[in-house]
Amino acid sequence: MQDRLSNVSLPLRAHNIRRHALRMAEVQGQGYIAQALGIADVLAVAYFDSMVYRPDDPEWEGRDRFLLSIGHYAIALYAALIEAGILPEDEIETYGSDDSRLPMSGMAAYTPGMEITGGSLGQGLPIAVGMCLGLKRKGSDRFVYNLLSDGELDEGSTWEAAMSASSYHLDNLIALVDVNNMQADGPSRGVLDFEPLDAKFAAFGWHVQRVNGNDIAAVAEALRRAKASTEPKPRIVICDTRMGKGVDFLEERERNHFLRVEPDEWVRALERLEQGKPV
Amino acid sequence: MIRDKYKRPVRATQGQRLKTSAMIASIAGEDQPTRMAPFGHALVDLARRRTDIVGMSADLAKYTDLHIFAQAYPDRFYQMGMAEQLLMGAAAGMAREGFMPFVTTYAVFAARRAYDFICMAIAEEGLNVRIACALPGLTTGYGPSHQATEDLAIFRGLPNLTILDPCDALDTEQAVHAMADHQGPVYMRLLRGKVPLVLDRFDYRFQIGKAKLLMDGQDVLFISSGLMTMRVIEAADRLASDGVRAGVLHVPTIKPLDTQTILAEAARHGRLIVVAENHSVIGGLGEAVAAALLKGGHGGRFRHIGLPDEFLDAGALPTLHDRYGISTSAVVATVKSWL
Repeated sequence: MQDRLSNVSLPLRAHNIRRHALRMAEVQGQGYIAQALGIADVLAVAYFDSMVYRPDDPEWEGRDRFLLSIGHYAIALYAALIEAGILPEDEIETYGSDDSRLPMSGMAAYTPGMEITGGSLGQGLPIAVGMCLGLKRKGSDRFVYNLLSDGELDEGSTWEAAMSASSYHLDNLIALVDVNNMQADGPSRGVLDFEPLDAKFAAFGWHVQRVNGNDIAAVAEALRRAKASTEPKPRIVICDTRMGKGVDFLEERERNHFLRVEPDEWVRALERLEQGKPV
Repeated sequence: MIRDKYKRPVRATQGQRLKTSAMIASIAGEDQPTRMAPFGHALVDLARRRTDIVGMSADLAKYTDLHIFAQAYPDRFYQMGMAEQLLMGAAAGMAREGFMPFVTTYAVFAARRAYDFICMAIAEEGLNVRIACALPGLTTGYGPSHQATEDLAIFRGLPNLTILDPCDALDTEQAVHAMADHQGPVYMRLLRGKVPLVLDRFDYRFQIGKAKLLMDGQDVLFISSGLMTMRVIEAADRLASDGVRAGVLHVPTIKPLDTQTILAEAARHGRLIVVAENHSVIGGLGEAVAAALLKGGHGGRFRHIGLPDEFLDAGALPTLHDRYGISTSAVVATVKSWL
């Protein structure tokens, strides 16, 4: 399948996002690389099949908004923004360094295309509710996407916003939840059990889909349905993903919320990724 | 303070025991001229010419005078439910889409429950959200769950945030309009319901960031904000009848503090400086002024009237204002003891 904007395939976009992310992580020698590899397919679909935006005008009024509440996933979003042409590729080497536009936790004031400051989890969905209300006030038909993580769902404010989005029939809101079952203190379901997630959001009045977040065709179909639905409900696509996806020895690490990778392993990681490069 | 909840209160032998509910709606004294819901009416006036203004509340529109706006502009009012974190986050989202939300709740809920959202979603982003919060300091007898005795201490440390503490109906009305023309987030302590009108007797106009000398006097200089400005005006009048000449410097903007005017007034007459605030003695106007005086090289006498660093009692406001030293008579007695 090809992306909407060019003749590049979505799997190749996802591959490139993973490569950009690995190269950024290498600058620091450690980081939230497993999450970035896991969510790359979802970001490829969002940025190259689903969303409307202008790479040369990140604040264009007619754009879809993409809110990253999980600030530590910035490395993944930077990779997508680079692939989308919103950020130049040569800034990869500045990632997480002094005076960089690419801080390790995403902030709106630093980076073109970063709509909000994340990092304090549980803020994205409340902000999304306000933006959706604002877009409707303006008569805009644009969507607000909010990428959350399973661990973030521990935060009560997310559920305040979930109720509100449904109460206000915010059919211009598309929440994406990365369910990789890993948070800072360990497997998410063990930290605070959030399942059954689809039933929870359905009970809150949402249009719910759950897909394998590493199945690009399934994610693309889910986002198409989310946009096309005429139900007066906020939409959520719950994406089950695999941490470290695309680099086998990183997929197998157990405690991979914040990965430390030895210098020689980066070369191997990029090699393993290249071996799986889509044709 | 440790109470014995198993001990029955002793019946007052003289006078009538005041009831908490009698004073919920208003801080106005008897026969004091008042205006009804000055915040709500000023916002309706403002919204007539400013179509970007929207109102948002967390199930407290009726108790923050925002219902006046909601009735006038029902399609511009957003009821966010009893969810203050959502309220602040959604206000940030609204501001991001180019609107100017006036957001209301109680000061305790904004400062304590929603702080992180005000900090990260609003202040760090420098968004034009106006947060107007009722029950600042000791303006309810419901006890610590409702008494925001430390809201200024909490918010003063927050970069980018402008903090207002208006005195009366006139101040509040003018602050609403001034906020609309201001860049960046603002927190305003809100006086609601029947709000006294006292500043109309002075040549006064509210300006963000400006302190204003309302009365002059050579013996004492009161430096005050919020409802304490009306108390010290009354106190200055009473002290005058005892031959004590007291001035009043009203400081309706807590941050940024008008250090220049405070230092200039403090330097005149070598008078006793008395900061009076409806807030804990920790972290509010008093400590801000003290720091400004010290840094500015002022070496004169300094005293501070504020609420004690305690969880305060429940009860009727007049009783509590006397008990904690912020009623007019308590202020007069305290100042006399310092002279």
